[in-house]
Amino acid sequence: MRLGLMASESGDGHGFSEYIAHHLQHLASGKQTALFDSSIVHWDTLFFSLLCAAVSLYFLRKAAKRATSGVPGKFQCAVEMLVEMINDQARAMVHGKLTYIAPLALTTFVWVAVMNAIDLLPVDWFPRAAEVINVNYLRPLPTADLNTTFGLALGVLLLSFYYSIKIKGLGGFAHEFTCAPFGMVKLSFNPLTWIGAILLAVVNVLFNIIEYGGRTFSHGMRLFGNMYAGELIFFLIAGLGGSVTIAGVALHLLTGSVWAIFHILIVLLQAFIFMMLTLAYLGQAHSHH
Amino acid sequence: MNLNATLFIQTLVFVILGWVTMKFIWPPLIRAIEERQRKIAEGLASAEKGEKSLAEAHNAANEIVKEARIQATKIIDQANRRSNELVEEARGTALAEGQRLVSEAREEVALETSRARQQLSKEVAALAVAGASRLLGREIDAKAHADILEQLATEIERG
Repeated sequence: MRLGLMASESGDGHGFSEYIAHHLQHLASGKQTALFDSSIVHWDTLFFSLLCAAVSLYFLRKAAKRATSGVPGKFQCAVEMLVEMINDQARAMVHGKLTYIAPLALTTFVWVAVMNAIDLLPVDWFPRAAEVINVNYLRPLPTADLNTTFGLALGVLLLSFYYSIKIKGLGGFAHEFTCAPFGMVKLSFNPLTWIGAILLAVVNVLFNIIEYGGRTFSHGMRLFGNMYAGELIFFLIAGLGGSVTIAGVALHLLTGSVWAIFHILIVLLQAFIFMMLTLAYLGQAHSHH
Repeated sequence: MNLNATLFIQTLVFVILGWVTMKFIWPPLIRAIEERQRKIAEGLASAEKGEKSLAEAHNAANEIVKEARIQATKIIDQANRRSNELVEEARGTALAEGQRLVSEAREEVALETSRARQQLSKEVAALAVAGASRLLGREIDAKAHADILEQLATEIERG
């Protein structure tokens, strides 16, 4: 299916929906039918997320290398403001060692923001450019791929387990998993207390699974949903531009500009929210129940 | 909605990125920030210190000026007193000198007077002898009448 057409090229609604469907097709290593298939990877997501990581690290490293305690330049000043802001947030939300957590929050914010920013580029640029080298499907926005957002959320979940166990010990973590949020029955010789304890532990474990699962799901879903929806709207706006009439072009310009300007806010806000949630969840891992 | 191995790769990338940032990016930045904070704090402190020492210097300068003024008045007083003293002293010396000169002059006058009188009496005596000899028509032997002449001279001198 070598499409990549503008909507009006086929002249009807079918072409437009095909245009969008084509844009939503990943450059994958194989055709995926199941919801989950560990033998397949999305090359486009990996390529662009790593590219964004490289760009983020390059600029951050540049700032870090030039960092002096003297009068800072404008670029250094901007990076330092960001670092200081994140350091303050991390200190406020995580009561423990920040050696890894604060830098992680910085990378999270910068990386996610850069990845989100790809959405501001015209939707046809990368796919059209890819066609030149015979790549027919390409989604350049890594944060509109569930694999990325859930991948990050999963990373946060694993880290929160790690910090929980590191700080409270394996026993403490297990105790928290079975005894929070509803507490535990005081055991005695009365067999009823034993039954009660088991029931309460089951409920507590269930609740904890729901809590961890739910927050990880919402963590990944929030970013994905915002970026996916934003991307879709850009596709729709691009479809408007397909009709090369005065009205079509004018509408495309107007709505495209308005949405792009609004999207600048979403790009940064979602990156910020993602970072703050990361800090909040890692902070929870540090607190005792 | 296709979940696949990309998920785990992204998780790994996420954790590794955090580690890289911790190793190579965060420390120099936070060090620079903290260093600058320290410098600014020091700068503010030293500015305050400078202001304080400026005020102290002002006070000290005022003190010195005041003292200098007092000393100057004292010196002027002393000079005035000294000059009065000098004037007084000079006047005393001048007066004494004047008196000495006057008394010297007086002595001189007295001496001169007595000398003139002696001279005069001698001349008068000689005139008297000459007149007497002309009156008598002859030479008076001065030797023979020396006692008379002497007496005469004394009389004249006394008179």
